[in-house]
Amino acid sequence: MDQISPVLWQFLRKWLEHFALFPPEASTVAPESDALFFFMVLVSLIGLTIVVLLIVAFSILYSKKRHPHAVQIEGSTLLEATWTIIPLGLFLVMFVWGALLYFRIYTPPANAMNIYVVGKQWMWKAEHPGGQHEINALHIPVGRPIQVTLISQDVFHSFSIPAFRVKREAIPGRYTTVWFQATAVGTYHLFCTQYCGTNHSQMIGDVIVMTPEDYKKWLESSTSGNSMAQDGERLFASLSCSACHNARPDARGPSLANVYNARLTLSSGQTITADEGYLRDAILNPSEHITQGYAPIMPTYKGQISEEGVIALVEYIKNLDSDYRVQQTTNTTDLLPDGEGGKAAPAAKAPAAQKGANP
Amino acid sequence: MSTSTILSLPDQSTARIPRMNFLTKENGLLSWLLTGDHKRIATLYLISITFFFFIGGALAGLIRLELLTPQTSLMAADTYNKVFTMHGIIMIFFFLVPSVPATLGNFLIPMMIGAKDLALPKVNLLSWYLYIIGGAMGVYVMASGGVDTGWTFTTPLSTHYVNTHVISTAMAAFIAGFSSVFTGLNFIVTIHKMRCPGMTWFRLPLFVWANYAASILMVLGTPVLAITLVLVMLERAFGIGVFDPAKGGDPILFQHLFWFYSHPAVYIMILPGMGVISEVISTFSRKRVFGYTAVAFSSVAIAVFGFFVWAHHMFIMGISNYAALIFSLLTMLVAVPSAIKIFNWAFTLYKGSITFETPMLYAFGFMGLFTIGGLTGVFLGTTGTDIHLTETYFIVAHFHFVMVGGMLMAFLSGIHFWWPKWTGRMYPEKISQLAAIVTFIGFNFTFFPQFILGMLGMPRRYAAYPPEFQALNVFSTAGASILGVGYLLPILYLTWSLKYGAVAGDNPWQATGLEWQTQSPPLTENFTEIPIMDHEAYDYEWLEKQDLAKQQPGKEVASVG
Repeated sequence: MDQISPVLWQFLRKWLEHFALFPPEASTVAPESDALFFFMVLVSLIGLTIVVLLIVAFSILYSKKRHPHAVQIEGSTLLEATWTIIPLGLFLVMFVWGALLYFRIYTPPANAMNIYVVGKQWMWKAEHPGGQHEINALHIPVGRPIQVTLISQDVFHSFSIPAFRVKREAIPGRYTTVWFQATAVGTYHLFCTQYCGTNHSQMIGDVIVMTPEDYKKWLESSTSGNSMAQDGERLFASLSCSACHNARPDARGPSLANVYNARLTLSSGQTITADEGYLRDAILNPSEHITQGYAPIMPTYKGQISEEGVIALVEYIKNLDSDYRVQQTTNTTDLLPDGEGGKAAPAAKAPAAQKGANP
Repeated sequence: MSTSTILSLPDQSTARIPRMNFLTKENGLLSWLLTGDHKRIATLYLISITFFFFIGGALAGLIRLELLTPQTSLMAADTYNKVFTMHGIIMIFFFLVPSVPATLGNFLIPMMIGAKDLALPKVNLLSWYLYIIGGAMGVYVMASGGVDTGWTFTTPLSTHYVNTHVISTAMAAFIAGFSSVFTGLNFIVTIHKMRCPGMTWFRLPLFVWANYAASILMVLGTPVLAITLVLVMLERAFGIGVFDPAKGGDPILFQHLFWFYSHPAVYIMILPGMGVISEVISTFSRKRVFGYTAVAFSSVAIAVFGFFVWAHHMFIMGISNYAALIFSLLTMLVAVPSAIKIFNWAFTLYKGSITFETPMLYAFGFMGLFTIGGLTGVFLGTTGTDIHLTETYFIVAHFHFVMVGGMLMAFLSGIHFWWPKWTGRMYPEKISQLAAIVTFIGFNFTFFPQFILGMLGMPRRYAAYPPEFQALNVFSTAGASILGVGYLLPILYLTWSLKYGAVAGDNPWQATGLEWQTQSPPLTENFTEIPIMDHEAYDYEWLEKQDLAKQQPGKEVASVG
């Protein structure tokens, strides 16, 4: 075989080494997603086989040579009903199964650890609650539900981890979320799958799934010194937010303690839940999000704070009701999701799981 | 002549192309550029869409060449982005949307319903001019540097972030859109008002039903695209914040508006192709289409449901989970009429008397590939699996199976089927059967590996990709070169046949449609006298009786079989 051109030989070898046919299954939803996928492949193969068999069989049996005179047939209500109802039934099974999967992928569990990811041309910036920042990489522990809250700073991007079978658009101007729980340690692709301009195909990174011990080490070695909430607190002070939002009786703005996930009545009469999206809108576009009973005097901060800054502020406000500073200094890494049940809003627990900041 | 063909040609030693026909009626460029004849306008369309198909095809070739290697080795990322954008825009707006309706539909609908022309011949010519103006702008955009938004014009990328010819491109699509609105309008009026005596709705050939359904989509859907493109242009030119959140707009609104047109547009492209398949399968199996009414109404059902599924393009875009549920359910419902059609066509073969000329081979190709394309659409219409598969090569493979494997196969089937009517001459059978088979093989090599790439997670619109995807990409590019040969062959032999093809006579396929009851190529007025429809569509027994009646008094009928 050496007579074959060595170039060709090398080419073949390289091919075989780089020949992938099926992506790794590295999250809890991946096998569930693949189960539905293979069910659909099976149904499709059966359907395709039936169609091809019908065409081939009829072509042989009723070719002009064998069957010179066609027999005219109007149709058959029974047959037509059969091939209306059976596909419809199968499609409905797929619909229900798919919907269950969809709700599972897009409904994060209450104990999920929240990581913010900002997409921008052409990189992914991940912000961990403990203040760790990374670009085009995402370090996560195995076996722990992770919620990713996404936003884009410019155009549509899409956060895709094929090995986890999850994907979510990062949209400018609003938060979207997705969650996953990795099941296998390793490095996986992180892609931007929504076309976003020149270097769309360079907007890729690695998801690094680590054992809890390695993850703890990584958190310790990568911290910037301040948790995200502390960054937010600093920003809160430097933007003079506390001049109004200070919880004093004569304060011009509402107190922000416990505001996260509270039901608020706005001056428009509308009732909303103060989630991350609301907090973001209220900072950037306050005049349309005034709480009832307060004058619309807050200036807009649009264009003055980066998306990362807004995230830090939101994270700070979310944690105002907790003694997050105490927790961060005393409680280092409490990685176990269990035993964390608490009275406060679930997401507020996220920083508790983080590595403490070095003072 | 063997019995394996239904071809019945006049005696070649005496046969002549009729001296008087729509092609020879008048001469000179102006007689073509100012014509009101639907057949001449169809011819103009045929030439122009072939031109755009080859531009789009060349761009596809560049895409496949670039993807041979994981790095950006042939062109820079920016160039690649422009190439796939122009490929999409040209293929969709200047080839797929007008392909069957504006060429075959234009040529055939008046003849099939026994009319002299479309209801509004001048509007028909205007449609072609709008198409040409739009197309010229498209070519101008390409010559002056291209555009790199993707054919989807996603905001705010298109309105703020890219630095290419977005406004000219949007204007080109906007103008071409009006061409399609006018064509649709013309078809609807013609089919309602100009059917010949005896041509009831349920005697219409299924091709007419399919084009009618597509026309409804063109008339109701395209204006939404026009408005959306105007808003994109306004936002880009004057900074009016409609879609850009930085200006107070809503980017999701753009997605809703864009897909409100662009999903029905898929049915605008495929429905007329399905009409072609109904005609071809029936003719080459000498049988009525199985369940005529079901096939006719399934076209209308697809058109109606097609308007209510647009948000299945947005399952991962943060629309509410419950909205996703409803749109997924409606998508399942629109899949059913397509399944009905496939099985009805398959059972049309049952107890038929089947021959395998080129149009039939393409039609078989359509049925297999469209079945795959349709079933993989269900993978994407199912919310849970859509999350993993959308925005990857899976979706690229899916819509190429529907558009290239389905629509283009149907178009080629129709072109071969009606070529003798159009030109008066036969195409050469053997080489065109070969071309049909080459196309089928090349197609599968090109696009089937892309399903696997998509499952692996390879994102679409990537100029560079991780090395483990290379092997399948090389397969795909190799297949594309076979496919390219498959598409070049018809151009060569069809051109050859214009001069050297056998004289076809009025009805070489012994088909039943009214278009076959007149001379080939037809007179400008189509018929010497207004025909009277006295039989059902696809009534082959009526045709046999006609032949017998003709043979007994005179003997002008050529040899049969």
